[in-house]
Amino acid sequence: MSATGIGAPVRRKEDYRFITGKGQYTDDLTRPGQTYITFVRSPHAHARIRRIDASAAKGMPGVVAVLTGADLAADKVGSLICGWAITSKDGSPMKMAPHPAIANTKANHVGDPVAVVVAETQAQAKDAAEKVVVDYEVLPAVVDPAKAQAKSAPQIHEVAPGNTIYEWHLGDQKAVEAAFKGAKHVTRLDIVNNRLVPNAMEPRAAIAEYDAGNDSLTLWNTTQNPHVARLVISAFVGIAPEHKLRVIAPDVGGGFGSKIFIYPEEVVCLWAARKVNRPVKWVSERTEAFVADAHGRDHVTHAEMAFDGEGKILALRAKTIANLGAYMSTFSSSVPTYLYATLLSGQYEIPQIYCEVDAVYTNTVPVDAYRGAGRPEATFVVERLVEVGAREMQIDPADLRRRNFVKKFPHQTPVIMAYDAGDYNASLKKAMELADVKGFAKRKRESARAGKLRGLGYSTYIEACGIAPSQAVGSLGAGVGLWESAEVRVNPTGSVEVLTGCHQHGQGHETTFAQVVSDRLGIPIENVSVVHGDTDKVQFGMGTYGSRSGAVGISAIVKALDKVEAKAKKVASHLLEAAEADIVFENGQFKVAGTDKVAAFGDVALNAYIAHKFSGQELEPGLKEGSFYDPTNFTFPAGCHICEVEVDTETGQVEVVAWTAVDDFGKVINPMIVEGQVHGGIAQGVGQALLENTTYDTDGQLVTGSYMDYTMPRADNLPSFRVETTETLAPSNPLGIKGCGEAGAIASPAAVINAITDALGTEEIAMPATPAAVWAALQKVNQSRKAAE
Amino acid sequence: MPAVSMTVNGKPATADVEPRTLLVQFLRENLRLTGTHVGCDTSQCGACVVHVDGKAVKSCTMLAIQAEGANVTTIEGLANGSQLHPMQEAFREHHGLQCGFCTPGMIMTAVDMVNRKGNELDDHTIREELEGNICRCTGYHNIVKAIAAGARSMGTGGARKAAE
Ligand code: FES
Ligand code: FES
Repeated sequence: MSATGIGAPVRRKEDYRFITGKGQYTDDLTRPGQTYITFVRSPHAHARIRRIDASAAKGMPGVVAVLTGADLAADKVGSLICGWAITSKDGSPMKMAPHPAIANTKANHVGDPVAVVVAETQAQAKDAAEKVVVDYEVLPAVVDPAKAQAKSAPQIHEVAPGNTIYEWHLGDQKAVEAAFKGAKHVTRLDIVNNRLVPNAMEPRAAIAEYDAGNDSLTLWNTTQNPHVARLVISAFVGIAPEHKLRVIAPDVGGGFGSKIFIYPEEVVCLWAARKVNRPVKWVSERTEAFVADAHGRDHVTHAEMAFDGEGKILALRAKTIANLGAYMSTFSSSVPTYLYATLLSGQYEIPQIYCEVDAVYTNTVPVDAYRGAGRPEATFVVERLVEVGAREMQIDPADLRRRNFVKKFPHQTPVIMAYDAGDYNASLKKAMELADVKGFAKRKRESARAGKLRGLGYSTYIEACGIAPSQAVGSLGAGVGLWESAEVRVNPTGSVEVLTGCHQHGQGHETTFAQVVSDRLGIPIENVSVVHGDTDKVQFGMGTYGSRSGAVGISAIVKALDKVEAKAKKVASHLLEAAEADIVFENGQFKVAGTDKVAAFGDVALNAYIAHKFSGQELEPGLKEGSFYDPTNFTFPAGCHICEVEVDTETGQVEVVAWTAVDDFGKVINPMIVEGQVHGGIAQGVGQALLENTTYDTDGQLVTGSYMDYTMPRADNLPSFRVETTETLAPSNPLGIKGCGEAGAIASPAAVINAITDALGTEEIAMPATPAAVWAALQKVNQSRKAAE
Repeated sequence: MPAVSMTVNGKPATADVEPRTLLVQFLRENLRLTGTHVGCDTSQCGACVVHVDGKAVKSCTMLAIQAEGANVTTIEGLANGSQLHPMQEAFREHHGLQCGFCTPGMIMTAVDMVNRKGNELDDHTIREELEGNICRCTGYHNIVKAIAAGARSMGTGGARKAAE
């Protein structure tokens, strides 16, 4: 391993600009003549828009335009869409309601845009927005997914009777019922997977600029996938043809899924920029983000697991209601279906699985993928069932897991996925050693002496990453292919630019991708730059989410590098006057096998461009190759997280006192970056388990609408983490990469709740396990203990 | 519009501003010092931390006119020319940043922490002192490591003290 090659903890190339304040986020950019836009948003969860009076607003200083949903409709701007078609069990298609970028007749959640003001300054736009008078007829609202399908519930969209988007299922219901009949033990759980607000620290922002001379538009946008944004905005919303729309994602400050989606705001900025013929800038405020950015999770589930007398799992069944909010966001339909039910086999051999999912509309902010997307929900169901099952059957939870682990690969689960490689025993064993599970009983006694309850919880999770084989996802309803593309451009001086369709917003691609190139071509890492985030520069791309940039994005780079090497060998054969078959490439040098003739990589690059050593008939000049890589399978990162907590019985305060993670991500390019990804994921999962809740009142007002009420994990809520890896290579891609971005968030909530319930001696604790909730649970335990005495 | 004058990163800065202009807006919009970020509207995230007369301040929580005559240091003024401040170095060395959005505020807070608490900072102190700074990416693990290391290297001979 070289100091900058694959496997080295190379310090990040991108850091210099961030630590010196020279990052260029969307809000840091200014366009000449720029105006500012402010969204007037519905204060009601459900209300008919009777009339909008903009006359006072139009007269305010600095106002350039006031625009409404009626103007948008008059200009025939298309609806936003959900790009993954799900079919109900009765064969009917999902009920996708129109989603205008500005509501025209009815507002369907608090925060739904109803008008916009464009003005010379941000302050003027905000002042004028206050003067837009909207006459609402307030309608009853529904926010609870478990109540959305009730006959008495208010109807949100005409196309979706009973607010039901789809009633979907997966698996063999009859076989599952039969398996349950033969069970020795059945574990049952009711689970609420709490709604979360992603809260990337950089609020979303957009600048749109119209070039009247060329009739083209440019959008600077906080997006994780600029090409997909361009495709949707062009093909579906119809703002501009694809070749007349340029989308640039500059530095983006975190995404976690929330910046995948195509939102109303960027569409409106583009439309308004053309209308006022000036650049239009929007920067979300944090409080605005709470009602404008897609939320995550929000499942209500009943789940059961059947065991035989030896603790072998016979079957699993689950019924889930998934809240998709007021509109179907870009990928929302896939999250509680193909990203959820397909992972219900966990790391276990489960002969039969059946899952039903009803997706519903409510008068809440749309819900879509958030770090893990479906897989944290699945892991929580499986890992809670296994843990509780072990406790009920009085089997050691690690032992029960071992008895049921998949041990032979490939393994076909009953829910589509075919696991290709893994060693679940290895990660469990290593995690148990590192966490000193043997010493837990002693630590528990010590805690008890200090008046505290100590608990230990496991989560042996699996996820499907490397999203995704295009044919496979196409057959499941995806509207796009999920390959990735790369171009490797070798310059005449031997430096290299890698153009990737992935986008970084914290992941460190500028470093890891350069490591792969430096390793392969034997050139210094300083001589490699990574270009991303601009549809005018990068050939095409599907963006970054689903832990796909390593497994899919790097694989595309490797394929392009293969072609570069093949072409360079041809050039070298002319340069060294040897047969192409005799040229070998080692340590950055082209050699003629069995001789001492060599040419440095830089010499070959130069000769590829000056083209003096070969004729145009023999070889094309240049050294630049591209590739599109379509994965042959998902990848299956898996591992074991062990959480240890201490509960203060007086206050209900839970302290996470130790965290051990052992993950199998396949080949690791940069262990420092991978560990950082795991840390961040765990923190988000601990946030879900202990702190973060999204509360709507029955009128549909978001009660937790700012950092005053929504508890973000802070440094003193978290421990330091012990993070290690095991390695089985993913057989489906050239380097064996599995992906690491979401693992922490997928594994951790179950580990925390398993630890808390272990400490408390009751399974009845919902997320987030706030001090109040834990204290209340403890009182219940004490009361039932007293009653029993 | 009232005029406001202050010294920012060692240079005089003067402008006419609306009275409601926040210090962070003055820095970002009038002076184009966009390294100071805005991550919230309730004074809780710390992305906007700068030093005013040597003390860490959330620049979203102060009016520009309140900083009249003050000496302000932003992330752009922390390095000594091309020589990074030891705390900047430590964040890079210990992978204390991912998306980089919280980073300027974290670094300015960290330098202030060292100025107040000294060069030997244990994890517990650092975590408590980070109460006013939110990071969504790193889980804080590496930020805590970076601050401890940066604090030590601010104390050793080769490194210079904070910019103030
Ligand atoms: S922007 Fe100042 S604390 Fe968040
Ligand atoms: S590095 Fe992204 S918020 Fe801290």
